[in-house]
Amino acid sequence: MTEPAAPGQPGPHDASPNRVSRRQLLGLFGAGAAGAAVGAAAGAGVAVAATGADAGTGAAAAAYPFHGAHQAGIVTPAQDRLHFATFDVSTTLDRDGLVGLLQDWTDAAARLAQGLEVSEDGAVGGSDYAPPADTGEALGLPASGLTITFGFGPTLFEAGGIDRFGIAARRPAELTALPRFQGDALQPERGGGDLCIQACADDPQVAVHAIRNLSRIAFGRASLRWSQLGFGRTSSTSTSQQTPRNLFGFKDGTANVKAEETKDVAEHVWVAASDEPAWLAGGSYLVARRIRMIIENWDRVQLGEQEMLVGRSKGSGAPLSGGTEFTEPDFEAEGPTGTPLIDPASHVRLAHPTGNGGARMLRRGYNFVDGNDELGRLDAGLFFLSFQRSPEQFITVQRSLAADGLNEYLKHVGSAIFAVPGGIRPGEHVGQALFA
Amino acid sequence: MNRRVLAASAAATVFALALSGCVAKADLADAISVAITDDGCAVAVDTANAGAVTFALENTGTDVNEFEILADDQLRIVGEKENVTPGQKVDFVAQLEPGDYYTACKFQQVGAPVGLAAFTVTGEASEVSADEQRLSDQAVTEYLAYVRSQASELLPLVEQLAAAYAVGDDAAARELFATTRVPYERIEPTAEAFGDLDPKIDFREVDAVADGIDWTGFHRIEKDLWPPAQGDLNSDGQDAFLDWAPSTPEERRAYADGLVEDVTQLHELVTADDFSVSLSDISNGAIALLDEVAAGKITGEEDWWSGTDLFDFQANVQGAYVAFGAVRALAESKGDEGTELAAEIDAQFTSLNEALAAYGSLDEGFVDYAELTDADKKALSDQVNALAEPLSQLTSTILGV
Repeated sequence: MTEPAAPGQPGPHDASPNRVSRRQLLGLFGAGAAGAAVGAAAGAGVAVAATGADAGTGAAAAAYPFHGAHQAGIVTPAQDRLHFATFDVSTTLDRDGLVGLLQDWTDAAARLAQGLEVSEDGAVGGSDYAPPADTGEALGLPASGLTITFGFGPTLFEAGGIDRFGIAARRPAELTALPRFQGDALQPERGGGDLCIQACADDPQVAVHAIRNLSRIAFGRASLRWSQLGFGRTSSTSTSQQTPRNLFGFKDGTANVKAEETKDVAEHVWVAASDEPAWLAGGSYLVARRIRMIIENWDRVQLGEQEMLVGRSKGSGAPLSGGTEFTEPDFEAEGPTGTPLIDPASHVRLAHPTGNGGARMLRRGYNFVDGNDELGRLDAGLFFLSFQRSPEQFITVQRSLAADGLNEYLKHVGSAIFAVPGGIRPGEHVGQALFA
Repeated sequence: MNRRVLAASAAATVFALALSGCVAKADLADAISVAITDDGCAVAVDTANAGAVTFALENTGTDVNEFEILADDQLRIVGEKENVTPGQKVDFVAQLEPGDYYTACKFQQVGAPVGLAAFTVTGEASEVSADEQRLSDQAVTEYLAYVRSQASELLPLVEQLAAAYAVGDDAAARELFATTRVPYERIEPTAEAFGDLDPKIDFREVDAVADGIDWTGFHRIEKDLWPPAQGDLNSDGQDAFLDWAPSTPEERRAYADGLVEDVTQLHELVTADDFSVSLSDISNGAIALLDEVAAGKITGEEDWWSGTDLFDFQANVQGAYVAFGAVRALAESKGDEGTELAAEIDAQFTSLNEALAAYGSLDEGFVDYAELTDADKKALSDQVNALAEPLSQLTSTILGV
């Protein structure tokens, strides 16, 4: 783990056990030796965290293996940029056609993750009389930590009572449309989808290139339903990463499940071999929510109230019960007047595992700003992505959040759920076990 | 196929009659330099050997320019390099068969050709196998006949429409408008090859304004027949009444006569004995028709005031299908890959026609495009993509490069 890999070599592997623990890492930082000692093995995230520099030189060169026990892009240290897209499969496609599409997507994704063009001929190597196979905007760019993660929506298994692909009986029982939640203001055109692709990279051009080319490959077989760009990660998925901030200006994802916590990852993120259905073993459930933040109103809230609503200090991220960012919040702690230091309706209290039957999830969200609305407010917010062993984990927490004081500044406008198949072995296509 | 193989095989297999592009990176030492200025277009020599002819363009002028190779009628554009910006040096390769041509530039890419000069190509026509030649000849014969038949259909329809419009019989003219355009939309890429004819016949107001030319033709008539209400916007987001007023009777007469004149000229040009098209003209024409659909019709921008976009849509698709049909046997002669491509294109044409049939037909009429929901448009767009993607491979397949 601590052997440095040569620059440009595949370094970090999301599935690696025995990652450097946070304690060790902090120690290393203290010694000023983080870069050298941790090296490329712990990856881009370390470089960023250690230097505080923007993801640039070192990070951009990172390449994560596409094949493995789990799909990349889940416990992989969260990259800086996102392009997420969902697709509807054409009504003309049959089972073989769907498998053909998944095969083509898998082949292309495996190449893209290595920093290669979508096919051998690429953008400029083909006939002058045919359109280029690759769209070309990523020519000369490194892999930039690109991961491509595929998911299957409930409607892939059955839509309108029709079992289009002979897989209705294999639909995971828990893979159904999410229930209605307080704060929902869903726009149908920003939700659902038969298939999804999450492309994350440290260079936005690389992430967009992936979605663009995969969409193109699907023309006539599946068409883009909705898509979302994210410009800044709002979660850390590795203890090697600094906790980023969301558009409320608060550190987000402090208590996230981290890749290094292998026991927690196994318990909360991956569908186990003993879970049903068997074809989803090693996979996960992905919940995507486009959460609009009414930031103009939020920005008028007094600092003390902002911190009370969140339950953490805005500067350090420490819980209002005291300590530092990673100190466990103490919900019993009271101030001199006998009132709880952490408000019972605060976000940290309501979202905390202790109040949710221990439910945790791996959050992997991104900030977004998509221009502005008709009132001249930024169309900004959090594109929430979470991976969990069961959708119930998300549902439990989201129900608790019905009382969240932050809701006054939030609107859930998009929602989707997907089953994310397990890892892909060389020669296989994504979800192969589902069609076996 | 990699570039090296491409270059080696191009000379032997490219048998387009007049194909332009960037194929066959000819020895740059043989490149013919072209000095482009705002008022000049100096081509270093006036002859070349048949095959891939490379022109080394340099624009030393003050604004964007365009280099054109015209057929001996000085009208048909055999090859062109657009958007040559000031200070830019760029190579342009045209595949030229023996014959007489003209070279010219077009300052700011509009108006009359600048520096028109004769250019002669000598030598042997490129060799092709007898079988391919037969299929190729057949494709050209078929497609030429189609273009001529459509131009012949178009002329009397335009005369009727123009007559009704000119005398102010708007109800009759509105009735005729969409169906009159059908033969034109079927062969639009051919008309577009005649330099300034298509702009006169078929430019939308926003195109004409942007290009700084007088706005005439079908769409001028359309706006009189379906006049905007106060507050309506044009497709470019500007007020519909900006620089526009309903035509006076005299103006109507002029626009009606102008359209008949331009369409008559189109008819004469395509029915002339020496008019021909190349294989790549045909297959690129099919691709271009689908591009027309994807760019203008699917957004409803083509027939902004009348909402008759689906007529154009259907006509474009029909024209593309005929063009595809003309070269289909040739594509199928290129092995399994060509056969599969042809089958895929054919199947996607069928699906697109079925999708269109849900909204009407050319005989029975189509619904106003405004009646389609976004979901309807997306479904059509998906089907256009499904067809356009394999169709975009057609030229490469039939040329074998």
